[in-house]
Amino acid sequence: MKPAHEPGRMLVVDDNRVNRLLLTHALEQNGHHVSTAENGRIGMEMLRSQTFDVILLDIDMPEMNGFEVLEALLQDRELRDLPVIMTSASDELDRVVKCIEMGAEDYLVKPLNPVLLRARVNTSLEKKRLRDQQRQLFRTFATPEVAEQLLREGFSLGGKYITASVMFTDIRSFTSLSEDQDPSDTIEMLNGYFALMFDAITRHYGTVNQMEGDGMMAIFGAPVHRDDHREQAVRAALEMIELLKSFNEQRTMQKKRPIEIGIGIATGRVIAGYTGTQHRATYTCVGDTVNVAARIQDHTKAVHKPILFDHYTREGLPDGISAEDLGPVTFKGKQQPIRIYAVTS
Amino acid sequence: MPGIDRTTFDELRQMSGAEFINELIDTFLEDAPKLLAEMKTALAAGDADSFRRGAHSLKSNAATFGAGSLADLAKELESLGRENRLTETGGRLGALEEALTSACDELKGLKS
Repeated sequence: MKPAHEPGRMLVVDDNRVNRLLLTHALEQNGHHVSTAENGRIGMEMLRSQTFDVILLDIDMPEMNGFEVLEALLQDRELRDLPVIMTSASDELDRVVKCIEMGAEDYLVKPLNPVLLRARVNTSLEKKRLRDQQRQLFRTFATPEVAEQLLREGFSLGGKYITASVMFTDIRSFTSLSEDQDPSDTIEMLNGYFALMFDAITRHYGTVNQMEGDGMMAIFGAPVHRDDHREQAVRAALEMIELLKSFNEQRTMQKKRPIEIGIGIATGRVIAGYTGTQHRATYTCVGDTVNVAARIQDHTKAVHKPILFDHYTREGLPDGISAEDLGPVTFKGKQQPIRIYAVTS
Repeated sequence: MPGIDRTTFDELRQMSGAEFINELIDTFLEDAPKLLAEMKTALAAGDADSFRRGAHSLKSNAATFGAGSLADLAKELESLGRENRLTETGGRLGALEEALTSACDELKGLKS
């Protein structure tokens, strides 16, 4: 993280010339670059054509006042995360409260106290930089569609409860398989295999968020919500099995052992959110649904079916996908039995 | 009676530096009469909002320089403007003009 005293690009919006001069002077003394606008309308024009880090905004202005500027900022996807510090007279704190409710970050009382000014500006600047880093992080690690939607709808690093479908996939007998073949063959096989599976998952709006050895976890219906996440998850699974057939045909031609996989899908509430650092971030998803999906995947070995899912997933499937009811299964460590289905089409 | 509170003014000077305080005073000396003229026009036209805004700006600047009585008068007039009670301003605008003139004179003398 950059130190707080690094210069920022400030926009001072105030109709009062003495106030503009004073703010500009004080901010420049702290090393910042300062531009000024004499009312909200001019300020918005500048905000749309130039880049700023923090806005210092007066409330009472002709043409477009501080409230109207806050409103316009909220409507603007590019500008709504920009920190705004209200600058107001001491007798209008009730209006400042309204501004804070409308999204302003902080406030300063005029006449200015230079120490408070420095502290509040640096805090806002720090928040801005953190948000910029988060944006960058999204652009780096999320697909373009996901990044776009997250930026449009806003995001937080804090997790939230969502309903999603979780998919676990594993290669069966992977250990014996990798013992039988050359290590470089194993890596080559895994790369080819993962590329195919990723394709199928992404085509059905899923996100692969974990890969471990020969296993992987994908999530459907998040980070971007879709109502049909259950159907998409099952269709992705069907496509994965199809793709695996041609993958295995190729392997057979190369006199290599074909591979088998098991796919388990569970639907329900999960806690999801982004975790990570500037250099590595992942969409994390935790909760009982995740454990259930892993158990169901494990269960594919016992019943010799490639795709299994729970009844919550079953409820979201259209008539086109028929499922065989395998009855309730009580998984290790679970109190309640879970009704399991296998795809038959 | 002193129109400018020296403690407030000295703080402002300390924060601004000698050169900048002169620029600040000059700006005020230039803008304040305009604001007063705006208030007079607004009063004559019954334009409470312009009247309030002029008073608001004068109040803000007066407070910056430590011109306490000017700030108080401006604040009263701002309130009257906000409450659309322009007919009740009475002699306050005259008093404001006097306070402004004396504050301006004093500020001229405080330039370094």
